[in-house]
Amino acid sequence: MAQTSQFCTFYLDKLLFGVELKGVQEVIRSLDMTRVPLAPAVVSGLINLRGQIVTAVDLRRRLELSPSPPGALSMNVVVRSEDGSVSLLVDEIGDVVEVDETTFEPPPETLRGSVRAMILGVHKLHDHLLHVLDIEEACRMTDVPETAVTGR
Amino acid sequence: MSDNDNDIVKDFLIESYENLDRLDRELVGLEKDPSDAAALASVFRTIHTIKGTCGFLGFSKLEAVAHVGENLLTRLRDRLLTLNPEITTALLSMVDAVRQMLSSIEAGGQEGERNDSVLIATLTRLQRPTELPAKKEPALVAGSPREASPSSLGAILIKTAGVAVTEVEFAAKAQKEGDPRHLGEILVERGAAKPADIVDALRIQQSSRAQTTASDSTVRVNVGLLDKVMNLVGELVLARNQVLQFASGMKDASFTAASQRLSQITTELQAGVMKTRMQPIGNIWDQYPRTVRDVAFACGKDVKIEMEGRETELDKTIIEAIKDPLTHLVRNSVDHGIELPEDRVRWGKDRTGRLILRAFHEGGQVNIEISDDGAGLNVERIYQKAVERGVITAEKATRMTEREIFNLIFLPGFSTAEKVTNVSGRGVGMDVVKTNVEKIGGTVDIQSTLGVGTTVRVKIPLTLAIIPALVVTSGGDRYAIPQVSLLELVRLDAEEVGKGIELVHGAPVYRLRDRLLPLVYLNRELKLAADARPPAERDGAVNIVVLQADSRPFGLVVDHINDTEEIVVKPLRTQLKAVKIFAGSSIMGDGRVALILDVLGLAQYSGVVTETRDRPLTAKATKAAAAGKHSFLLFVGPGDSRMAIPLSTLARLEEFPMAQVEMSGSQWVTQYRGQILPLIRLSGVLEERRNHLRAPQAPATLDSGPIQVLVLHHDGLSFGLVVERILDIVEDRAEVRSPATRAAVLYSSVIGDRITEVLDVPAILRSADSNAARPLPGRESTEVAN
Repeated sequence: MAQTSQFCTFYLDKLLFGVELKGVQEVIRSLDMTRVPLAPAVVSGLINLRGQIVTAVDLRRRLELSPSPPGALSMNVVVRSEDGSVSLLVDEIGDVVEVDETTFEPPPETLRGSVRAMILGVHKLHDHLLHVLDIEEACRMTDVPETAVTGR
Repeated sequence: MSDNDNDIVKDFLIESYENLDRLDRELVGLEKDPSDAAALASVFRTIHTIKGTCGFLGFSKLEAVAHVGENLLTRLRDRLLTLNPEITTALLSMVDAVRQMLSSIEAGGQEGERNDSVLIATLTRLQRPTELPAKKEPALVAGSPREASPSSLGAILIKTAGVAVTEVEFAAKAQKEGDPRHLGEILVERGAAKPADIVDALRIQQSSRAQTTASDSTVRVNVGLLDKVMNLVGELVLARNQVLQFASGMKDASFTAASQRLSQITTELQAGVMKTRMQPIGNIWDQYPRTVRDVAFACGKDVKIEMEGRETELDKTIIEAIKDPLTHLVRNSVDHGIELPEDRVRWGKDRTGRLILRAFHEGGQVNIEISDDGAGLNVERIYQKAVERGVITAEKATRMTEREIFNLIFLPGFSTAEKVTNVSGRGVGMDVVKTNVEKIGGTVDIQSTLGVGTTVRVKIPLTLAIIPALVVTSGGDRYAIPQVSLLELVRLDAEEVGKGIELVHGAPVYRLRDRLLPLVYLNRELKLAADARPPAERDGAVNIVVLQADSRPFGLVVDHINDTEEIVVKPLRTQLKAVKIFAGSSIMGDGRVALILDVLGLAQYSGVVTETRDRPLTAKATKAAAAGKHSFLLFVGPGDSRMAIPLSTLARLEEFPMAQVEMSGSQWVTQYRGQILPLIRLSGVLEERRNHLRAPQAPATLDSGPIQVLVLHHDGLSFGLVVERILDIVEDRAEVRSPATRAAVLYSSVIGDRITEVLDVPAILRSADSNAARPLPGRESTEVAN
């Protein structure tokens, strides 16, 4: 029997993404957020998760997708990274899916740039593709040059 | 080894470590006052306990060492020997040996391979001289273990009431053989002691027991558990703040009362839990008498240590963090500060040097001072060393204040000790002291008078977890400012704003009690929208939070000042730490997150505190104006001529490394506070009289030293005037005047007893301005101006 793994799935700009279920701490609805001025643009802000302060990453921006429409409420997928919990902001939560190792394929060579490091590959589901995200890479938030903090 | 045994060993280790620390202190104390019977008894008790326990746990080497130590102490206790430095040293090395064995037991469960025969021989030899008269005493101790403790009734009776040793031995023997009566009863019955003596002895025994059982009222708590409780209390404080916020919006009186009660209890609980983490600074000071003794001994010095405020309490984590820096400072004072006894006598000081440790609370911070009455710091020597080591340039050093020079010793790789002793240089330099203290938000400062002494003052926060903060709003978000950096709050009403805030060439300043306070707009620094409040709430008023960073005050302009609040500091995610403006984050009463501003980081970011030298001039200037005199800045211009400008035209003095100077056309420019500052070389503007003296105008190369720049403002524009050397600021009436002999000079005058040319700043700026419009200044343009 082939190995199966479970993914927590979500949508970003109508694309289906997934992170390994065991890396997910919880999924919660939109929370009040405090922005962090001068921080890299992928940092949406800080949220209070029952007394724990968690940094929220704008996953659309991180994946270089179009910004979310104004007024849209994002969901928080709180994942455990090496450096504590991080909330990934997503458009919509999908199901937990169980997939077979055999449906996995690495990303095509034509996928380039910084996004490639984040996408481990895809699982071919019968009607669409599930993009598998690398949690550590997705949580990285120091690499956006245009707002990099420099002294004057 | 079973778990149970492990626990016993662990308890044994913890207890023994504590006792050993006390031993150090008591032994050194005893050396000063050998008649202190209570201290001797305590020393004896500790060693006895260690010996007993390690015999039980099977640590034979440890037991052997403790045993000879105990024997020696028995002699001392029984007054058969008096403590002398030799014995103290031997006992201290015994303590060290015990400590080493304990740590190897802690690490590997074994005492380690070691040979203590030399130490044992020394300890045995030291008890020999008085062995003969002491024959009987050890028998008593060895024969009746119950009487071994100095608090035994028999021992007290022998000592205080002069009861014969044989009588006590007899009574003890009778007891052992089944006599049900108390020791005292037996003795009274035999007529060996008076009932009154027994009563007295019992009282003494009781009081010494009370001392030993003090530990019964305390409980050992794991620090991890304490941290957890602390965190929970932090959460509770946040929840309490939330409830209070709800309560203020509700009209229910009973709910309000209940929430107030909750608030009160939370505050008390918080204070209580904070207290559990607090430890008196004496805990770490206790080891210093030993340290000082050892260091003084090694250097052949005579030093007395005094302590004030040892009960001053600090958070455990902070105590841990300052332990090493303080130890280093203490060692330093003895090693480098205090002179040799013969030198002290020659200079009319007491042979014995004094080292004073002081700790006290001040404004939410703890001050720790380490003072000595030693030789003091030699400014000349530090200065020479600094130049020798290339820490600073000679030219720069001449312009430093005494205090700045003292603080040079905190730079890495700096030691003025003539020779490196085995005492200094144990891996912690003064730079590490400074770094470690600053890591926990503290500061180090040094004051010294040559020949009189040195004081190092360390200021540290009380605790790191919960701090009082001022909450402000800017751009619609709240920010917390730690209260420590706060000086005052200034509010300017709408009508005052216009004349209250002035611009120094675009840089806003506020006159605070006649001194210009640079203003920093928080929303501009953070790149936020101006004022996010609805227009109705805006009143045009300006709120200035006067802060201090690196002892330089500046005004932070915020939209709104909310309140002061106790906040629980939560660290920022490491990746966000790159943003130096924020020190952390906290959860506010409404459950939202607010960022905590790092005042020093903000000051650096906004340019209030810079790396280049930056001296405020205002204090001197105001003083002079009152006297009806004019203040001049004296400097050396091209051709070594002495020149001055009226101080009123000067904004700042700056020093730029040549590497920061760029060429724009033929014009020198540099970046200054986010703007481009044109630099005017005086040699290009002034008509040269002494051509023969002057080398052809060679452009300064990048490797030449930093240039001295006077920053001037005229007609809303800034210029930098490059001069050779800045001399001084003087006050003078400049009454003797003679007309100018060249362009751009107002007049010549005698200032400070020498002829000085006073420059015409507007003329220079005009000349430079027109030069700036045209490609090349240089000699042609001066001729035109001429």
